[in-house]
This record gives sequence, structure tokens and C-alpha cells, in this order.
Amino acid sequence: MSVAPRLELIDVSKRFPGVLANDRVSLSVKPGEIHALLGENGAGKSTLVKMIYGIQAPDSGSILWEGQEVRIAHPRAARRLGVGMVFQHFSLFEAMDVLENIALGLDGSVSRKQLDAEIRLVMEKYGLKLDPRRQISTLSVGERQRIEIVRALLLNPRLLIMDEPTSVLTPQEVEDLFKTLRRLASEGCSILYISHKLHEIVELCERATILRGGKVVATCDPRQETARSMGEMMIGSDLRDPARGQVSVEGPVRLSVRDLSLPKPDDFGVALEQISFQVKGGEIFGIAGVAGNGQNELLEALCGEHLADLHTVIEVDGAPVGRSGPSGRRKHGLCSVPEERNGHAAIGAFSLSDNAILTARSRMGFENQGFIRKAGADEFAADVIKTFAVKTLGPDALAGSLSGGNLQKYVMGREIMQSPGVLVVSQPTWGVDAGSAAFIHQALIDLAAQGSAIVVISQDLDELLRLCDRLSVINLGKLSTPRPVGDVSVQELGLLMGGSHGASVHDAGGIHAA
Amino acid sequence: MRLRLEKRLEPSRTMLVMTPVLSVIAIMILGVIIFDGLGYDGPQAVWELFFTPVLDVYKWRDVASKAAPLIIIALGLSLGNQAKIWNIGAEGQYILGAIGAAGVAFVTQSMTGFWIIPLMILVGMTCGAFYAAIPAVLRTRYGVSEVLSSLMFVYVSLQLLSYLITGPWKDPDGHNFPQTAQLTDAQVLPHEVWNSGILPGLLIALIVAIIFYIIVSRTVFGFSVRAIGEAPHAARYGGFSSNGIVWATLMISGAMAGLAGVLELMQLTRLNLGFPSGYGFTAIIVSLLGRSHPIGVFIAGIVLAITYVGGQVAQTVVHVPNATAGLFQALLLFAILASDLLVRYRVRINVSSPPKEGQRS
Repeated sequence: MSVAPRLELIDVSKRFPGVLANDRVSLSVKPGEIHALLGENGAGKSTLVKMIYGIQAPDSGSILWEGQEVRIAHPRAARRLGVGMVFQHFSLFEAMDVLENIALGLDGSVSRKQLDAEIRLVMEKYGLKLDPRRQISTLSVGERQRIEIVRALLLNPRLLIMDEPTSVLTPQEVEDLFKTLRRLASEGCSILYISHKLHEIVELCERATILRGGKVVATCDPRQETARSMGEMMIGSDLRDPARGQVSVEGPVRLSVRDLSLPKPDDFGVALEQISFQVKGGEIFGIAGVAGNGQNELLEALCGEHLADLHTVIEVDGAPVGRSGPSGRRKHGLCSVPEERNGHAAIGAFSLSDNAILTARSRMGFENQGFIRKAGADEFAADVIKTFAVKTLGPDALAGSLSGGNLQKYVMGREIMQSPGVLVVSQPTWGVDAGSAAFIHQALIDLAAQGSAIVVISQDLDELLRLCDRLSVINLGKLSTPRPVGDVSVQELGLLMGGSHGASVHDAGGIHAA
Repeated sequence: MRLRLEKRLEPSRTMLVMTPVLSVIAIMILGVIIFDGLGYDGPQAVWELFFTPVLDVYKWRDVASKAAPLIIIALGLSLGNQAKIWNIGAEGQYILGAIGAAGVAFVTQSMTGFWIIPLMILVGMTCGAFYAAIPAVLRTRYGVSEVLSSLMFVYVSLQLLSYLITGPWKDPDGHNFPQTAQLTDAQVLPHEVWNSGILPGLLIALIVAIIFYIIVSRTVFGFSVRAIGEAPHAARYGGFSSNGIVWATLMISGAMAGLAGVLELMQLTRLNLGFPSGYGFTAIIVSLLGRSHPIGVFIAGIVLAITYVGGQVAQTVVHVPNATAGLFQALLLFAILASDLLVRYRVRINVSSPPKEGQRS
């Protein structure tokens, strides 16, 4: 095989103030190869990909495209070479339709009709189902991702970069995505697949480059490895499964929700319809579902950002709190961690100590008649940092300066160390590296073991199945009947989650027709 | 070689403090160029404008008397700034404060007593606060931007003032001039505090600055204001009501503007058509130049007061037009807004030539 690799990186380094993000990274992707780029958060995956896509320039080293050294100055240059990228966070305009959104992302201008024809062609070829005239706000997350894929495919890429593509998909959607990717690869398009979901990589990829601390630590064939062995290469130590001791879920009911209904907060939100469930002390209750089915609305309704109609709709340890705000509910022992870390769970421009004041001020007693006891907050923040092994300079570091995983550990620690009777968390390990995720899971298990009731809202089924005692699925603002984890299969859950294949098709069609 | 902007990981604290200073220096240089271009003696104009008021002891009193209302109003505004609630109508609340105090003065004309002055201050602050509450209602109930509504209520207050001084409150002994009767001795503060030479207004400004410093850095309320400004969603999650903060910051800044109005009335001793001085607008620049920090606002208030006093000096000495002070204040506003870029970005100078281009754009 003397064919030049599609893409080759030789000794590429990139330094940021204070960190060497990539340290002489070498990597080569053959034509038609599905190549995994694996690593914990902060291992340097994003930086590397940004250099390939022309968003950042390497400090040293060279990038070879089909055997020739190139300098990729900006994303437009990358696209012209034939590099396409599907980002983890979509950049779509809610109020526009699919076609308009794709047109906006193209470098040249194409007539609407011609573009429509091209889109349909690409979708047919790769088995992607999507109506180009539908408005974004009516689409599921899986469908939104398909737009990004179509947008990239329209340019006939010879290398497609996918950044954590499955974190928002149902199991069925993941299967469909894999089919598309295999189809693409069979036609000679190389794919650089970034993920830390190890079993997906085992299933999909032919080669994997594993990064740790900005360096390549291994290159392997995932088909010859197990998820566990790759995970250990990734974090550089033994991977420990969270230990769930003998669970007895016979405690008293600590959180009770009865017929919680709320109108949609805005045009793009989801209304909650008659949600009822109970969680006992010591129990971990999971809520699965595809993003955008009312998870955020439910979390905000539970933590008190949106009030219920009646005080008795939500009860904590028998005390009605439905009409109390977040502070009132915390006093009753209901703490929460929303999905969005920066800007919701924490304030990036504030220090960690100030972020402790944000939610822990009354429970931890550093609020006194309207005055703040700064020393108390510093002490508590330092305690959280130590107990939860948060990598940071200290309580005075800005929350925004922490990596995603570290900030998540801090935020989780901040709530858990307030010893809440009820803890509601959304996406506790979203975008968090494997090591931190295991740590957070263990912390939740330990909290439950101390008798707290825990609600975990997550799109990661593996996480829920590993962690929870009972599960429900939220779809279009409605909650399915809770079932014990042992009784329910992944396929069943996938169907309940609906997404673009199940019940939601009719409803979404209804919205579209209206 | 080319210049490049690179986003900083964290906003630079040094630049946060340095940019206001750089802005002042930049407009001095700009002023020299502009006035030279217009045919005046540029360097001298800038000298008279910025340095004469500082070096001439006799001008200090003028500077202080102008700095006090600017500082007091700007402190109130800076609280709102931190919550990203923009009260542009401080001028109106300042006028309402003076009207409130003048109303008390009107009723107590023939009375004496130590209680009159505190009552004037209290009524003036209350009037300012309630005048600022109107934009708060409009914002929290109907979603009307406080930037527009607060500004428009300035014009309403001007009409109210002119109605009162030409109608019901007109001084009967005023030879038909549109003005109120002069305040009595029981209605004005002494010229200086305990014969120390310090203006009572400046002392009050200092006390207010200290109180605001404590509020912002030590209280849960101050924390909530900063939280709302930085991340409204997180603040809500933290248990703070954004409507509550809108009400509080607008009414507090209204009360401060009202207080400044009362003190100014006591200094001028009567209301007339010349009373609206634009302090409420200039204070917006003061709060921005002072980075909404009590110490910064105090210094910025003095700097802006210097441009007022220096503008008059430059007018008589170098014969520049009387709009000069306003020109410099506007330039300063632009300079400070533009220099904000340096807080979030660093300027990189690329000297090395790029490596060979495989791919040309």
C-alpha cells in the first residue's frame, strides 16, 4: 500500500499561555478510513481538530494533505481542500427552515432551487431523511445533526470530522448515523471520529489515536481492543467502575411530584403535562429522553426557577414547596444541578468561592442578615475543591477558567456537600472525561447511600442504566410510567424516547402543518 | 508585520484599571490635534482644560461642587450597570428630586427647625426613586426597555419643572422671572463642614461611596446584582428575582439622582430654567469611566468635574467655544467604550513571516 494518507500530521505542537495543548502529535488517516480520536477532556482533541479545520494555526510541525504539505489558514481553506466538520454544538437559526440554514453555511451563493435539488440528492444517497422546508424549531436534535451532516456532505468532503456526534442521539439514531458514516467511508471519504464513548469506537472505527495530556499515547486497532483497555490507555490508569453497594430502596418518600403541568416558557420550549413521580430516600431515579423533550423545563420546575400552580404539587419530605423559589426549596433540602454548567449552574466570570455563595449561602451559613461571610464561602469552596479533586488554583480562580469536567465536578461537589435530602441533576457527566464521570457517579451513589433521594435527568442511557434503580422516559413533556431498571431493555427505552422514529413524528408533523 | 487581536482567557484586571487612564490621556492628545486643526493653541487649550483646575487652588471649590452631584448620581447608576440595567434618565430623577425638595421648601417657607433639611432630602430622594419606578413598572410588567423609557421621562420632568416655576411655585417677589422663591437659611446646608473647607456635598458623596462599596462587596443584595448582570439564568437558579433587581437598582439610582438634585438645589438656593445641568447624563460617563467601582467612580467624578471647570477656563483664556467641555466628555465616552476591547483581547504583533503557503486563499 503506497497510497499517500489522506491526512497526515507530523510533530504538530500548539502552545497556549500556560499549557502545551498538543505536544508533537503525529497522526495519519488513510483514504476511506474511520479513524477515532480518543482522549479525556483537555487531552487536546479539540485543539488538534481546530488546527486541521483551520481555526487555529500550529506553532510547529506540519500538516500533509494527500502527501503535500499545506498551511490551512482558515476554515474556508480547509473546506476547499475537502475537509468537512460537524460540530458538537449546532449553529442553526431556530426560526428558519432547513434549506435557509444550509444556504447560510455555504461559502458561495447557490439558487434556492438548485440547492434544494442538491440537498435531496445527497440525502437520498446517504439515506438521510429530512424535509428541507421544515423549520428548525420543529426538529429533533437528531434531525438537527443531520442538517449539519448534509451541510458538510454538500461539499463532497474527502475528510469528515465528527465531534462527539452521538451525545444527543437515541440508540436508533446512532445506528442510522453509523450506517451513513460506513457508507461514506466505503466511498473513500475518510472520517475522523472524536468521542470518548468507547464501545462506539470499538463498533465503528478501524484505527484509533489516543491522546493524553496533549501527547499521543497509543495508536491501536479498536477491533482488537476492548472498551476497557482503551479507556485505561485514555486515562492512564485503571478504570474503576462505580461501586453500588447493596441497595435497599425501602426508605421514606423524600420527593413527591403530583400532576405537575406547566405551559411552555417560550415559543421554542416544551410544556410539561401532568408529571407525577415519587423518589424514596436512598433511591436514584432516572429520567431518560432525547434532548429538547422538556428536560430543562422539568429541571427548572423542580429546582424552583418556575413555580408550580399549587404548593402541594411538589413535596420535599412531606413539606409542600410548589410555590417556593429556589432558595426556599434549598432550605427544605432540595438542591439541583442544571445541564448547562457555564451561565446556569455557575457564573464563569465569578470566582469559585463566589459560585459557592450562589447556591450554598443559606444552607452552609455564609449568609447573615443580608451580609456575606466571605471567609465561610472560601472555606467551603476549598473543601469542595479538595473533596472532589477539582483541578484549579483555588477558591479565587474564575469558574470560567476551569475545564468542563473540572467545573462539573465543582458544581456537583458544591451541591452534594450541602447534604441535600433531594438532589436533582441534569446531564451530570455531559462532555465530561471518563475519569471525572466515574468520580461523579460514585459521588451520587454515595449520596444515595446516605439516604438522599436523587433524580438524574440524562440523555446517556448507559449512564442511567448503570446508576439508577428506576427509570422513566420524558417525551414531549410527558413522563412514562417509571419502571425498575432490571425490567426494561435498551430497545424499549429507545422506542419510548421516540426521537424522529417514534411517537413524535405525528406531533412534529402537526406542528409543521399548523 | 501585522496586528492581531487574540481573546484573553480571562479579562485583564490591569487593563480594567488602565484603560480609563489611557482613555483620558488619549483624549488629551486628540484634543491638542483637534484644537490645533481648528486654529486654536491646542496644547494650551488642553492645559487649561485639564490642569489649571487642578493646579489653581481657587478652582478646587468649583471642581468639588460639580464633582459631588456627578459622583452621587454615578454611584447609583453604577449599581444598575453591574446588573446590566441601564438607567439613562437620571437627569429626570435629579430634577424630580429637586422638585420634591422645593415642594417641601415651598410649604416650610416661614418655618424653622433642624428637621426641614432632612425632610427635604428624604422627600427629594423619594421623588427620584418613584420617578425611576415608572420605567421599572414598564420593564417588569410590559417588557419595555428601560433605556428608552427612562430617557423619555427626562423630557416629561423638564415640562413639569417649567410648569411649576412659571405657575404655582413662581416666586411672588421675583419680578415675574420663572423661578421659585429663594430657600431660607433653615433650608440649606452650610457652605462647608465645620469650617474645614470641605463641601457638604462632597462629604455626602464620600459617605455614599463607602456605603455602596459595602453593599456591592459585602451583601447578598450586591452579590445578586452582580450575578444578574453576569448570568441572569444562573442568578435565577441561585434564587434571585430578576424583576426584584430591576426594581431595586432603578429605584436606588433614582433616589441617588434625587439626592443630588436636592443638594444642587440647596447650593443654587432656587429652581429656575437653568437648573437642569446635564449632570444626570454626564454621570453615565462617570460611572463607565469609573468602571462602576465606588473608588473609580469617585475619581472619575472629579475628572469630569475638572472638564466642566476647565472648559470655562479654556473658554476665557484660549477662547475656545463653550461646547468644549461637552466635546471632551463625549470623546471620553467613545475612548472608554473603544478601549474596552483591550480588557478582553490582547494585541499581538506578528513579526515572523508565515511559512510557505501550500494553500492560497
